[in-house]
Amino acid sequence: MIASLTPRNVVVAALLLLLAAVPIYAFVTANAFLVTLFTRVIILGIAASSLNLILGYGGMVSFGHAVYLGIGGYAVGILAQEGVTSGFVQWPVALFVSALFALLVGALSLRTRGVYFIMITLAFAQLLYYFGVGLDRYGADDGLTIRRRSQFDHLINLSDRTQFYYLCLALLLATIYLIWRVVNSRFGMVIQGARSNDRRMRAIGFPTFRYRLTAFVIAGAICGVAGALLANHTGFISPATMHWTRSGDLIVMVVLGGMASSFGPLIGAVALLSLEEALPILIRAMAFPVFGDAAVRMAEYWQIVLGPLFLLVVLFARGGIDGLLAGARRG
Amino acid sequence: MLLFIEQCLNGLQFGLLLFLLAAGLTLVFGIMDLVNLAHGSLYMLGAYFAATFAAWTDSFVIAALLALAATLVAGMALEVVALRRLYGRDHLDHVLGTFGLILFFNELVRIIWGPAGMSLPLPMWLIYPIEILPGLFYPTYRIAIILTALLVALFLYVLVMRTRLGMLIRAGASNREMTGALGVNINLLYTLVFGLGAALAGLAGLMQAPILTVQIGMGENILILAFVVIIIGGIGSIRGAFIAAVLVGLIDTIGRAFLPDILRLVLSSRGASTVAPAMSSMMIYLLMAIVLVLRPEGLFPVSSK
Amino acid sequence: MAEALLEIEELTKRFGGVIASDSISLCVPKGELHAIIGPNGAGKTTLIGQLAGEIAADAGRIRFEGRDVTALPTDRRSQLGLARSFQITSLFLDFTVLDNVALAVQAHAGHSFRFWRDARSESELRTPARAALARVGLAGRADVVVSNLSHGEHRQLEIAMALATKPRMLLLDEPMAGMGPDESARMVKTLRELKRELTILLIEHDMEAVFALADRITVLVYGRIIASGTPEAIRANAEVRQAYLGEQEQRHG
Repeated sequence: MIASLTPRNVVVAALLLLLAAVPIYAFVTANAFLVTLFTRVIILGIAASSLNLILGYGGMVSFGHAVYLGIGGYAVGILAQEGVTSGFVQWPVALFVSALFALLVGALSLRTRGVYFIMITLAFAQLLYYFGVGLDRYGADDGLTIRRRSQFDHLINLSDRTQFYYLCLALLLATIYLIWRVVNSRFGMVIQGARSNDRRMRAIGFPTFRYRLTAFVIAGAICGVAGALLANHTGFISPATMHWTRSGDLIVMVVLGGMASSFGPLIGAVALLSLEEALPILIRAMAFPVFGDAAVRMAEYWQIVLGPLFLLVVLFARGGIDGLLAGARRG
Repeated sequence: MLLFIEQCLNGLQFGLLLFLLAAGLTLVFGIMDLVNLAHGSLYMLGAYFAATFAAWTDSFVIAALLALAATLVAGMALEVVALRRLYGRDHLDHVLGTFGLILFFNELVRIIWGPAGMSLPLPMWLIYPIEILPGLFYPTYRIAIILTALLVALFLYVLVMRTRLGMLIRAGASNREMTGALGVNINLLYTLVFGLGAALAGLAGLMQAPILTVQIGMGENILILAFVVIIIGGIGSIRGAFIAAVLVGLIDTIGRAFLPDILRLVLSSRGASTVAPAMSSMMIYLLMAIVLVLRPEGLFPVSSK
Repeated sequence: MAEALLEIEELTKRFGGVIASDSISLCVPKGELHAIIGPNGAGKTTLIGQLAGEIAADAGRIRFEGRDVTALPTDRRSQLGLARSFQITSLFLDFTVLDNVALAVQAHAGHSFRFWRDARSESELRTPARAALARVGLAGRADVVVSNLSHGEHRQLEIAMALATKPRMLLLDEPMAGMGPDESARMVKTLRELKRELTILLIEHDMEAVFALADRITVLVYGRIIASGTPEAIRANAEVRQAYLGEQEQRHG
């Protein structure tokens, strides 16, 4: 897969080593919070990677991808509430229902292009969001607490923070590898070709719709599994997980990390979540010399820096971090 | 029956507000090919400006006019400073960039006006209901909204149908050469068009403020509804947006009003009142899904194959 | 007369008040190179669009190998053996030359629901792709990213891609557009070779090429056929000279 010592490969390798070492470091420093934080990063990395398949490689700007995090999460939550705590049942359900919803949404929206497609995926996300709000039996607006994590008999204990962490990491690596293979296969060529020039694809004889729909379903299914992981992680699921701004965050991760690159989405997830933690601290540190105690209040408004940052990335670092590392800008 | 008519009028009013929002989006998209998610933020600014000016001047009408002007200026400033750099780029770039702007404006409003939201009280002469039908009293203000929105719709119709600028919109032109061929300063034109779109959004925001809300994030939900209107009406079509907006407004309002009763026939009373609000919210999106199945291009698409 | 590979029957297309195709009827027998000429705005590209399946005709029928394809989508027509090249270059710009043609090969090598094997390592795809490139003279540029090619090379690649789909008939939309004299001569040579095994419908402005290659010529003006016949007959046709050829001579004169 990668053999040379380019800056990008070094960064990716370092990142993977770092992720592998987190629980060890946390154990040594008795800082459990680190594991929790990075588990979340990894899970979102899986979600972002799944989005990258259709967005980065396929050119399908889905503004409703967070919906599958919700579907996966609710599959786990609802089944747990109804007494089914076996992960062997919950997780396949999460995957299957996500795939089904993706099939429905994709069938209706993939005949359209461009901004039309973006709006439709956004609208369908809202549909499911309101559906979640109406799920009175399962917490509605307030959400649903999941008291028991998915049970896998003696295979693995998800309540053990470290075991869960390494499971997520393994799934992340599996996802990245799977997507890498898919993208370079015949199927992947069709998806990438359709992104590059759909008209030409059809002119040479590809019925592109069915392939793009399949990619859409695959992406949704993977994200559904991420949703199951997320629900286990937080012990909680609510419609807020499916809010369209969460879908926006996923898009940011993909673009910020670098579209159409294997590790870009993971880098993006790390970057975005790091920014969210670091910006308040940075602002407070920089403002303190000038504004004194008011700097604490100012740090609360860190999102006002984050927003324009997205715009700046779009304007000046379109290839994302991966692009910067690779030294070239993706068109 | 009277209740039904009243709800119809409410639906019409809501639909017309949606139309103002959708028209602004379509205008900007049609001429500059720009997807502007921050359109909802301009809607929010219109409401906040109006509430602020009303508190300062004690006059609703003056506040409304000032807010309109302020939103127009804010919109044009936004275009000049940030958005014009996005022209000609991928729609994904637009989506990401304007998504960032939404976050920015929400925080900006929070800093300037605080997190609590505001209210915009109406003067007595607008609250006073008038008897439009025997036995049916309807608030003057809502009638004012309907009339204002219809006037604006008429203005837009004349603009789109009778002027050279309108020709561009109808042709779905985002072609700079063609615009230049009309002998117009493109940069100025784009800024003005964007300003117009912003003004429409601000107008919608300030008009609904006394009835619904003035709070942070108010633009997002209604923006998505405006998207639904455009999808149902057919992208690029202002006429389609008008019809779809009225349709969506009517269905949403009447649905919300009567759905609990309909559900009560099937569910328990408590069940109906808890499920109804969520189902009402979902209705419009289901309508959109149905339209997409039957007419994927929308009801009145501008382009034919 | 050889059996007609392509039959166009009363094909009509209107855009608003403009008639782009006015009841066009035409037969192209197998093995023929049929050229379509006419002034700009005559509706030539609209005609190709309808033949390829991108534009839906308002009236009329299109038959390919005896089969009514009027309602078939573009990809189905390609699968039946009707290949098309574009007037304005329409390629996969961020891919290499070889990738472009390999995609065309892949489209006709069964279904593409294969998710695992690296497509770039499949000789089943790469070998025919290289062969198609060799035919148009682009073999040496196989690993160049398409956006870095010259305009003339783009036009050659257009032909290679159409060839890679194992067509029975080629619809070529101004393949020599924007080419200099050397490149045009090379393209004429390529087309002359292809003529031996493929039926070709050629739209072109380059009159030298047209008269060098065409078995028959049809002249289109304002969407209507005003003349159709052998090159000699067309050259001698007074109406054609007035409408089009005279114009051409003036411009080149």
